[in-house]
Amino acid sequence: MSAPTEVSDSVAITCRNLRKKFVLRHTRSMKEAIVWLLTGRKGDLSRKFDALKDVSLDVEQGETVALLGLNGSGKSTLLKLISGVLQPDEGTVHTRGRVAGLIEVGAGFHHDLSGRDNVYLNGAILGMSQSQIDDMFDSIVEFSEIGEFIDTEVKFYSSGMYLKLAFSIAVHTDPEVFLIDEILAVGDEPFQRKCIVKINELAAAGKTLFVVSHDLDLVASVCKRGVLLEHGQIIMDGEVHAVVKELRRRSAD
Amino acid sequence: MTQPVTDLVQPGRGRGIIDVFKHKFLLQLLVRKEIKIRYRGSVLGLLWSYVKPLMQFLIYFVALGVFLDMQRGTPNYAIYLFAGIVLVNFFTESLGNATRSIVDNRDLIRKIYLPRELFPVSTVWVSAAHLLPQVVVLVGACLLSGWSPSIWQLLAVVGAFILTAILSTGLGLLFGAANVYFRDSENIVDMILMIVTWASPVLYVWPMVQRVMGPWFFLYQLNPVTVAVEIFHWAFWSPTLSAEQSVSISMPPDLLTVWFPSAFGVAALVLVIGQLVFMKLSVHFAQEL
Repeated sequence: MSAPTEVSDSVAITCRNLRKKFVLRHTRSMKEAIVWLLTGRKGDLSRKFDALKDVSLDVEQGETVALLGLNGSGKSTLLKLISGVLQPDEGTVHTRGRVAGLIEVGAGFHHDLSGRDNVYLNGAILGMSQSQIDDMFDSIVEFSEIGEFIDTEVKFYSSGMYLKLAFSIAVHTDPEVFLIDEILAVGDEPFQRKCIVKINELAAAGKTLFVVSHDLDLVASVCKRGVLLEHGQIIMDGEVHAVVKELRRRSAD
Repeated sequence: MTQPVTDLVQPGRGRGIIDVFKHKFLLQLLVRKEIKIRYRGSVLGLLWSYVKPLMQFLIYFVALGVFLDMQRGTPNYAIYLFAGIVLVNFFTESLGNATRSIVDNRDLIRKIYLPRELFPVSTVWVSAAHLLPQVVVLVGACLLSGWSPSIWQLLAVVGAFILTAILSTGLGLLFGAANVYFRDSENIVDMILMIVTWASPVLYVWPMVQRVMGPWFFLYQLNPVTVAVEIFHWAFWSPTLSAEQSVSISMPPDLLTVWFPSAFGVAALVLVIGQLVFMKLSVHFAQEL
């Protein structure tokens, strides 16, 4: 499958006619499946629905895009398609440069390992090399405010400490494209402010940001462009404040 | 800031097991993590890697060697037994854990794209790390019994180990992927593992099988685990025998010339099939888990 030809050299993410269908299967055993096959496929083993239907979207390098929409509108599905966790049923996704999906920070943490081990493990999971992590290690610890607890097993961390460390690793991975899903609500207020400053720094440094959040004021302050999803389709794409306003109007109805 | 122009790529399209080699550092960390947490909170820790196989060995030795008097017909039966147990343990542990590896790592697989082959492959490495102390015990026992292997026998040990690793990686990919869709495959694998110990000459000697199977003995020899066990016997057990003992006991015919290479063929075939099935199924792992 070749890359779409009509896109420019500066595009970071390009989606064409994306469709993602989810099948909710009710069975989990071979017996049930075989019985179903033998009885002439009577009844439905599954229910299908389209999480995304015909989504096309281009994001230029250095753009900051907020993906908005109510629950179930397909935001996370789109993010997972871009990160490669899911594959589309129809259409294509292409990305340029390293993409780091900050989809639920701390997914790669292991409770029985120390903070230090987890920095390495999680950093490597997010695509960093050993020397990159070595170089960044002090900066990660400093940003996370974990301090001396870095050699404690993370199961003893408070939930705030846990998220701070995870976020700190994530922002230090230095990819070209950042996918951020609901992680801005991390830690206490001072830390949140620090995160926003950091994200603005990334944006200023020319990183492409793709943010999903329900905190509308916050995304409006971080991003310039807004994309509104509803029932798996893009219904609006434009300046972020206008899109936020439209979403507010729709959810008020 | 100008960005280097790199090519557009499709996210989440892997090239299978080749990608694992590009993630060596991550693989290393995953293996280290598993080893670290395996015996977490236990007093004996890694010692369990010695204690468990030794206990298993003792049970078989007392029941078969002493009660059924296997040690009469088979000199140095203890070494014969332990050499086979060590190898079969490596196979059962790596295949069992590889089968569960995808489902066990579902949190990660659902959220971040990584070459999913990393998980089954890392379990095989972890099992190899647990094999090492057992091999040390085996070598110690052999040395006490006057072991003097040739260089070929030592190389054959490495070969048999690689053979087993290829086979369990292949089967691990196959059943690990199937396990996402049908958790039954865990039980199928448990059954296979139960059979494996008995389908290879671990507890008995191969002429007993040949006597029964006659012209069909080649079927028995097609099993790569059987060949690997026989290679272990050839390398560890037979050099401990005295000259007159060796005369009465021989290795299966054509072991090195026919069966060892053909076992590699079978294992490679299994690996290719496992990889193809894994690639096909892994596209939908994130949504099926």
